[in-house]
Amino acid sequence: QKVSVEVLDHLEHLALVDFRDSEGVERLHKAIQFADQLHEVNTDGVEPMDSVLEDRWCLYLREDDVTEGNCTKELLENAREKVEEYFVAPPGNIPLPKLEERETFLQGS
Amino acid sequence: LAPWVPVVGLEIHAQISSNSKLFSGSQVQFAAPPNSLVSFFDASLPGTLPVLNRRCVEAAVMTGLALNCSINKKSLFDRKHYFYADLPAGYQITQQRVPIAVNGCLSYSLCIDSKMSQMVTKTVRIKQIQLEQDSGKSLHDDTRSQTLVDLNRAGVGLMEVVMEPDMCCGEEAAAAVRELQLILQTLGSSQAVMAEGQLRVDANVSVHHPGEPYGVRTEVKNINSIRFLAKAIDYEIQRQIEELENGGTILNETRAFDSKLGCTVPMRDKEGKQDYRFMPEPNLPPLILYDTKSLPANMNHQQVINIDWIHERLPDLPSVKRKKLVEKYGILPEHSFTLLNEDGLAEFFESVVKRTQMKPKKVIGWILNDLLSYLKQHSLTVKESPVSSFLLGDLLNLLEKKEISSTAAKQVFAELWKGEGKTPLEIVKEQKLGLLQDQKELEQICQAVIDGQENEVIMMMLG
Repeated sequence: QKVSVEVLDHLEHLALVDFRDSEGVERLHKAIQFADQLHEVNTDGVEPMDSVLEDRWCLYLREDDVTEGNCTKELLENAREKVEEYFVAPPGNIPLPKLEERETFLQGS
Repeated sequence: LAPWVPVVGLEIHAQISSNSKLFSGSQVQFAAPPNSLVSFFDASLPGTLPVLNRRCVEAAVMTGLALNCSINKKSLFDRKHYFYADLPAGYQITQQRVPIAVNGCLSYSLCIDSKMSQMVTKTVRIKQIQLEQDSGKSLHDDTRSQTLVDLNRAGVGLMEVVMEPDMCCGEEAAAAVRELQLILQTLGSSQAVMAEGQLRVDANVSVHHPGEPYGVRTEVKNINSIRFLAKAIDYEIQRQIEELENGGTILNETRAFDSKLGCTVPMRDKEGKQDYRFMPEPNLPPLILYDTKSLPANMNHQQVINIDWIHERLPDLPSVKRKKLVEKYGILPEHSFTLLNEDGLAEFFESVVKRTQMKPKKVIGWILNDLLSYLKQHSLTVKESPVSSFLLGDLLNLLEKKEISSTAAKQVFAELWKGEGKTPLEIVKEQKLGLLQDQKELEQICQAVIDGQENEVIMMMLG
């Protein structure tokens, strides 16, 4: 089963990955095939597992004390652009070009 | 024309009242220098991990119990993915599969008529309560075509309360939210001040004809007060009805409420249907809660949350407080609503009742008519009242002992309002408002009046 071009485009939008060329898409198909093997196991009536540690892993609860923060300068060192002490971002999400508009989609496919 | 049935559901986000954030130790505080209350985890720097704050869990359990929910002894955390500049991790940690509390209900009351004399009780089902992270704040600078991001709010604990679509109009939604607000404030789990973003409400609105399936719903956001909540919902209901009656269709979209124009408008581009790619949060195992029966023997107390222990220590909820006020003082149910609706008013009332011999049923009139209207006129809170409960108590005693008339009492009250530090007795003496009790003195005055108006008296006696 091949994945449609619309679905590939949708995936690229969701995960910001770039399948780039037919080799990339083929790798995706192989990955899906590999994961589909899970369907061969009958899981009727079996609870999904969250962790291999199961009941032995207790969620640690922290006391409600202020122990962090106050490191504005350090955090802003990572920012390419800043205004006073704010991070600067583009005005909104920059939309990826729509499927019809993309010249380079699946180059070499 | 067939009647329309509006259907209203609510999604409410309440900021948890805690010292530190849900998964990190940075401080929770309104209005601090930008990015000063941000830890490495909040900024989503690599190598950081979430650590759950015990206080936030307790707040959610308290709220779930107060809303008659079943508390899930095992609940799970998930990641909800979307891209936005104020969400540095690219996902929000929430509880999508199994939230901490489910299947509750909230009772609220409405006035049937505008005179506040008849109240009716309604209930709305609570679908669930989940713990989740708040995002940072984006300040849009359109002139420079950029967004400024402050992460102080990123990671603050939220309780999302989902109310089923059991409401039918803005008034019901407003009353339900108001009652929820009072409950949260009574519990202390959230200060729930809408103006400070501690309580955010989104409304889901649709209309249909009776007997037909539910219509397409829209989501209304950007509602900043309870008053606007009612307006936004009622506008949207009308808009949908008009659209459908004109042969149009309703889009399943998100709309923003414009408070200046009093209408809802479609929100900026929502690229098709969002796919959040929910997945279990791999860094957090299930949250396990206990009750007295299931309490483990050998665990560190600090690591154990006992639902029964929390239940036993819940304070009286607003509905219980109102009932007690009505039973203890013989006031009307609608009075108890007004008393609880103003911060500090119930305590003020009880304090005056203690201080005076006047019956509570009479005192309540002074509190709700005189005191409250003065406070409203001058936009003051009960705490800021220039007339203390002691002064009012003394004034009512003078009235009760018939040392002044009720007209005089209102005059004294107006004088007390100036806050010049005079006692009621001093004002009565100053303005000679005291009632005369001496029979002889009264006779003398009446005689003097009659003597001074001989002609009028003769005219009267002649008929």
